[in-house]
Amino acid sequence: MGIDNYKRLFSDQVFPIMLKNNIAYCVISLIVQVGFGTVLALILESSTIGDRFKSFFRNLYYIPALISLTAVGLMFTFIYEPNIGFINNLLRAFELPTYGWLGDSKLAIYCVIAMSQWQFTGYITLLMVVAFQNVPQDYLEAAAIDGAGPIRRAISIMIPQAKEQLLVCTIITVIGAFKLYTEVYATTGGGPGNSSQVMGLFLYQQAFLHDDLGMAAVTGVFIFAITVTLSIIQIRVTRSGQD
Amino acid sequence: MKKLTVNILLNLLCVILGIIIVAPLAWILLNSLKTNQELFKDSLALPNVWQFGNYVKAWNLGLYRYFGNSLLVSLISLTGILVTSSFLAYGLTRFRAKGSNIIFIIVLGGMALSEQVALVPLYKILRALKIYDTYAAVILPYIAFRIPFTVFLMRAYFISIPAELEEAAVVDGYNSLQIFTKIIIPISKPIFASCAIVNLNFVWNEFLFANVFLNNKALQTIPIGLMTFKGDLKIDYTTTLAGLMIASAPLILLFICMSRQFVRGLTSGAVKG
Repeated sequence: MGIDNYKRLFSDQVFPIMLKNNIAYCVISLIVQVGFGTVLALILESSTIGDRFKSFFRNLYYIPALISLTAVGLMFTFIYEPNIGFINNLLRAFELPTYGWLGDSKLAIYCVIAMSQWQFTGYITLLMVVAFQNVPQDYLEAAAIDGAGPIRRAISIMIPQAKEQLLVCTIITVIGAFKLYTEVYATTGGGPGNSSQVMGLFLYQQAFLHDDLGMAAVTGVFIFAITVTLSIIQIRVTRSGQD
Repeated sequence: MKKLTVNILLNLLCVILGIIIVAPLAWILLNSLKTNQELFKDSLALPNVWQFGNYVKAWNLGLYRYFGNSLLVSLISLTGILVTSSFLAYGLTRFRAKGSNIIFIIVLGGMALSEQVALVPLYKILRALKIYDTYAAVILPYIAFRIPFTVFLMRAYFISIPAELEEAAVVDGYNSLQIFTKIIIPISKPIFASCAIVNLNFVWNEFLFANVFLNNKALQTIPIGLMTFKGDLKIDYTTTLAGLMIASAPLILLFICMSRQFVRGLTSGAVKG
């Protein structure tokens, strides 16, 4: 009985689509939020940006993370709307070709992913800024005296010192990618067809729309297995780099 | 010369990113102040007359109820989270009880448990306890799910408080509870502020539990309310946009007022919610 549910899940034709979508979300979020977000934090903590603007930009970038996922989702259904939406109107103003965005089965999931990058990159940036602020000043001064430039200091001192925080950010981003639910629910609902389906939404739909608690439970276990395994691997990898 | 160019480019990058962050929000704000005809005609143009009435309409059409529910659920949950977590975190850092390590490991383990995995079992438990579709159906899970992370943050802060402060208080005849309320809480304001914002952000915006555990329209919180709201209004786009702005404003304003304390609390030993 239980094994049957697993068989049903793995042989479901939506399964590869949602696995692909969750992985795409995960990879892009790691590159943009964790990768670029960290670089942005380094820029904000370097001396290039004036002191007053530092905290201004940092707070500004953080604002989208304070808006609920539902509100952001609904806002972006308007922004991506093909006729009246912000993006297509902007494209038309510059006489560029327009697209169907959320209504296009090839683009839909990437529109949702782009929206999340807009919302959460500033979040990671803030967390990394906080970690970089805790790096002892004497280390940086000593390195500067030894002739290390800003990039060298960032790579050899700031990032290693903020490694714990970077690890936490990475784990939470990865786990978030496999828990993904509200963003898709509020924008495409998994459509068009099942093209933007993800595991979290699939679980919800199986349990509360199709009354298939078995399938939902199995999906939940699968999500849990992925997130726990990835966390353990990440912690191991970072630990082994340490000594 | 080269350094100056790099400087200008990096500053420019920050400004461009700022525009990318603000532009969609500005567009939503602009169109929430138009009539629907104006929105359909040209969503980039300014309105003839600024339609502040859209906000009044959105509020009166039911948003006030969702807002009230969110306020109630958030306040109770937040109080519950902060009280239980601070007690637990303080106890874990100051008392060497048997099994306190096990308690800490259980608490940390709670951080790895995702809402999705607990969704179906929790649904069944809430049904069995006959609190499904009441405020308690979301408040209790919110408190339970936020304790691990909050304890984690507070523990790091409490550890950094020098023990001499408390030793002096013991000499003055304070008991543990008095030490906690009269000494620890006042000097831990930054971490309480950070935990309050991080948890408020979670509770105010939480969608999955609220969507599944609250069926009654009269009990729904803002995130669910917005979905219902959009469904009810269908083609009245501008009022929906006004509703989205109303729903998003409180946390943004709170953050702007508290951002300095928030960052200070996080700097003193922390990570992320």
